[in-house]
Amino acid sequence: MENKKFFSKGELIIIFTGLVLPLLFYFSPYAQGLLIFIMMWVVLGTSWNLLAGYTGQVSFGHAAYFGVGAYTAALPFLHYKISPWWGLIAGGIMAVVIGYLLGVVVFRLRGPYFALGTLASAEILRIAFGEEEWLTNGHNGILYITTWVTKIPYYYIIFAIAVASIVSVKLLMRRREGYYFLSIREDEDAAMALGINTKKYKNISMIVSSFWAGVAGAFYFIYMGFIDSETVFALHNISIITILVGIIGGVGTIWGPAVGAIIMVLLQELFRSAIFGLAPQWVSGMHAFVFGLLVIFVILYLPGGVVGDWELIKKKLHLKSNTEK
Amino acid sequence: MEMFLQSLISGLLVGGLYAIIGIGMTLIMGVLKIINLAHGQMLMVSMYIAWVAWYYLGIDPYLSVFITVPVVFYLAKYISKYLLNPLIEKDSILPENQVLMTVGIGIVLVEFMRFIFTSDYRSVQTSYTGQAWHIGGISIAIPLFWAFLFSIAATIFLFYLLMKTDLGRQIRATAQDRLAASLMGISAEKITIFTYALGSALIAAAGSFFLPIYYLYPDVGPEFTAKAFVITILGGLGSTVGAIAGGIVLGLAETLGATYIAAGYRDAFGLIIFLLVLVFLPGGLKSLTKV
Repeated sequence: MENKKFFSKGELIIIFTGLVLPLLFYFSPYAQGLLIFIMMWVVLGTSWNLLAGYTGQVSFGHAAYFGVGAYTAALPFLHYKISPWWGLIAGGIMAVVIGYLLGVVVFRLRGPYFALGTLASAEILRIAFGEEEWLTNGHNGILYITTWVTKIPYYYIIFAIAVASIVSVKLLMRRREGYYFLSIREDEDAAMALGINTKKYKNISMIVSSFWAGVAGAFYFIYMGFIDSETVFALHNISIITILVGIIGGVGTIWGPAVGAIIMVLLQELFRSAIFGLAPQWVSGMHAFVFGLLVIFVILYLPGGVVGDWELIKKKLHLKSNTEK
Repeated sequence: MEMFLQSLISGLLVGGLYAIIGIGMTLIMGVLKIINLAHGQMLMVSMYIAWVAWYYLGIDPYLSVFITVPVVFYLAKYISKYLLNPLIEKDSILPENQVLMTVGIGIVLVEFMRFIFTSDYRSVQTSYTGQAWHIGGISIAIPLFWAFLFSIAATIFLFYLLMKTDLGRQIRATAQDRLAASLMGISAEKITIFTYALGSALIAAAGSFFLPIYYLYPDVGPEFTAKAFVITILGGLGSTVGAIAGGIVLGLAETLGATYIAAGYRDAFGLIIFLLVLVFLPGGLKSLTKV
């Protein structure tokens, strides 16, 4: 393991492509906006994947950490005019605190109960942040005039965060902790019987996972310049989509969430723009519908996701081209 | 005092409605061992069918039960046959594969309805919409009352089906031990499919009774799904009686909490109780009794 290089050649090419991609679309803020969203979902998906894909704790409430990160950036700005850029660090840390506290409750639960527990905790936060108007401005949300008009700097910031999150997961999975995570996913009781402090390692996984979700949330506020409780704590638009990004790309793979994020954002945008205006307008109403169909297809036929079942896909495609000959 | 009685009665009536959502869910959970996150979406589909029947054909929402139940029963049957059952044998990293599938199904159902009917709020206007009986200073909404009666009837029907019929015994056997049941000659696969369809049909019937009470829009589905799993966990998995108790506890907690603590937190009370029950009373209300 030690003499293996940290990044393979292919991975370096992917990262390099990520670096030059916005320059190719220098004159298209629209495309840059899409790239930024892809990177944001890479961070969220990677964060979820560490906790769910590698540690087996399927969280249905990642919006909790995302939202807490976003509000950590936004609240000091609202009350004391402190720059939300501090939130990129503070948001992550605050999300870790909340994640740890929620973990005290939800890590007592397993499997589907854990899923529902995380779902409920995110929903409670959503309602609370919407109701406490003295603190959060309630449903009117918090507005911030963004620092730059151009999107390129935002892209490089979120790109750096995305790469850092992937590197952190990769580092963790190469270490002893990574193997402990996998053992917890495969059989928690057996892991405990072998002397692994499962509670501790589930918490470590949660800390790293919630940190990146919190950072993504803070970035969302800095970039969008507006949040309210319904958008950042959204059950469907954040928590569920995060899961689906992981599922489509491949749970328990390093690059799965990245692939899932690209597919999710591009597919939705393809339909939202009615296939670049070529199709009739009603097609644009189908973006979420088509995404749902894709999810069903992937779970049925590619249970490992696009990255996890890549060999299977290659074989299928190969067979087809052979028979056609 | 009057306010307290009023919230108590509203809470009980709403709790009865919640119970009927919970019963279908608990049935599915007991046999399939999954959380059906598309449960509320079935209710939403049924409500749209009932709405179409009322809007275009002038059929009373209560009579539309005879349309919604068979339609949703077959819809759910095919969903469970072709989408959920094949996953049992599939190898995957996460055991929650079927749950995630119900999420996907839920999205497809919601988005399909949004595509056809848009996100507009819809409601039906009937002779009993907004009508209420006044007894002393307390008012009882008539549609709520009928829905409550229906949920009691449905519970009795289900109880009879599960306890007294052969089919019910097969369902209970499969819920207890799938392998042992199939060794006794029960087709576990068929029972699984039937149970999913039955649970969905129950909530489809509820949809017809909910239409005169609630506004209808595509996202109403996920809201009821959330309530359904709260009720199921509250009552204890796979327990019909527990689901009724759970539904009534949730209804009371929401109404009393909204009246006396903070109206905006109405939906949060249920979730907080849910987390408390999960942590401190993992078996749900069922574990308090021996039934």
